[in-house]
Amino acid sequence: MAATADARAAVEAVWRIESARLVAGLARLVRDVGLAEDLAQDALLVALERWPRDGVPDNPGAWLMATAKNRAIDLARRASTYERKREEVAHELGIMLAMDRADFAAEADDEVGDDLLALMFTCCHPALSTEARVALTLRLLGGLTTAEIARAFLVGEPTVAQRLTRAKKTLREVRADFEVPVGSALRARLPDVLEVVYLIFNEGYAASSGERWVRTELCEEALRLGRILAELAPAEPEAHGLIALLEIQASRLGARLGPDGEPILLLDQDRSRWDPLLIVRGVAALKRAEELPAPLGPYGLQAAIAACHGRALEAEDTDWVRIAALYEALGAIAPSPIVELNRAVAVGMAFGPEVGLALLERVATEPALRDYHLLPSVRGDLLARLGREEEAAVEFRRAAELTANESERSLLLRRAGDAEG
Amino acid sequence: MRFMMFMYPQIDESDWNPTAEAVEAMSRYNDELRKAGMLLALDGLRPPSDGASVSFNGGEVKVTDGPFAEAKEVVGGYWIIQARSTEEAIEWAKRCPGENCRIEVRPIFEMEDFPPDVRERIGYDPGLHPGG
Repeated sequence: MAATADARAAVEAVWRIESARLVAGLARLVRDVGLAEDLAQDALLVALERWPRDGVPDNPGAWLMATAKNRAIDLARRASTYERKREEVAHELGIMLAMDRADFAAEADDEVGDDLLALMFTCCHPALSTEARVALTLRLLGGLTTAEIARAFLVGEPTVAQRLTRAKKTLREVRADFEVPVGSALRARLPDVLEVVYLIFNEGYAASSGERWVRTELCEEALRLGRILAELAPAEPEAHGLIALLEIQASRLGARLGPDGEPILLLDQDRSRWDPLLIVRGVAALKRAEELPAPLGPYGLQAAIAACHGRALEAEDTDWVRIAALYEALGAIAPSPIVELNRAVAVGMAFGPEVGLALLERVATEPALRDYHLLPSVRGDLLARLGREEEAAVEFRRAAELTANESERSLLLRRAGDAEG
Repeated sequence: MRFMMFMYPQIDESDWNPTAEAVEAMSRYNDELRKAGMLLALDGLRPPSDGASVSFNGGEVKVTDGPFAEAKEVVGGYWIIQARSTEEAIEWAKRCPGENCRIEVRPIFEMEDFPPDVRERIGYDPGLHPGG
């Protein structure tokens, strides 16, 4: 029946909005995210049964919290009639005592924010694998179903279900504190949380596989989590840096693929397809990161580079001198051959192909770049600009051999042909 | 998905400027949207008498200064939000601290909404952009 489906959709919409806060609030009380999730799910089932009949309550979040708490009390009472470990009983008494505290809805905003942040840190606990962190974050903070997570990562539903169960078990075993780390511990663990948000975004951004709507959904979810994180940890430059980077990268989503799904390089993209709203948002987030006393971290610097591209209305307007300087700064705090390769490109654009080529040769022997098609591709480009056409053709051919992407291969072979002219 | 929510206040233009209380309540709501990571943009609009209407009839342009006597209702402000479904956007609209007003929730076009020949002619692709 359509009406039932509508009512169900309405409940699901409320759930999407409330579930993370609900699980976070309950986890603070019971100190166990697995149990908190079960209690929240129970409350959802009650809502699914009652709301279509009685209507959605005025404050659905508070209603769900109260229902989940009642469920917790029931469980504790029933359980206490059996022989129990002392610890568990004490634990559940803790729940019941906590019930007397201020109503969820009346709780200070700060407290709700702390709970959410604590949930983020718990989902990204060091005892968990990266895969488990990603799955748990999407499940508990994004409110995604196991099936949705499975579709997004092209794995079976049982695999995701098992990953989640194991993760919750691990958290129990290591007695993960449901707390926001402070001081140096915060600084030490924040990168883990940021990385998970970044990975979720990249999974959606990667053009390689998956249905488009799932990919878009993942990018949106990562953006949402990144924005929440920047709100909850406003003193951390990297929280702003990450969301700045994601907003600006997302602004190019409509331009980075050709009609047949082939990737289009940044400089060849139709900039009228870049989303100005997201660029503005990204630049604003970057400004917040820059205004903090601490210097920009790796995400902030990447965002600053992305912003240079975002600001240029045409590819020719790009401020390559600034980009080259930013890559140098990035290489100093997060050294990697890929960063050096990108720096060589920027330097080649800013100061001429000869300088770029000299920089490139310094990293050319790095093992990490040995089979990386962009190394010969960039080298070919620099050589072609120096008029060394024959050498350039050799490089483009080598790059064509290395790339896994069909359309990129034909582009490289065409360039090789042009160079040989 | 990206949605635009249009606020149509049902008030006289003489009462257009909101009170401190109304602004406070609305700010709390906007803050909630922001903290949920859903808010992309928002603005409140000055009254219609400060604006003008540019109309086209058979290609002929006519400019009329506000207020617009013939208009049944006028936009007072808007939000652009990211939501995962129309139901979710509606749920957010329902949480607005409205008194006498109407909020219209409208999904923003996505690329899939257009046939290929139209898509080719679109410079800026709205729907492919997450964050809305």
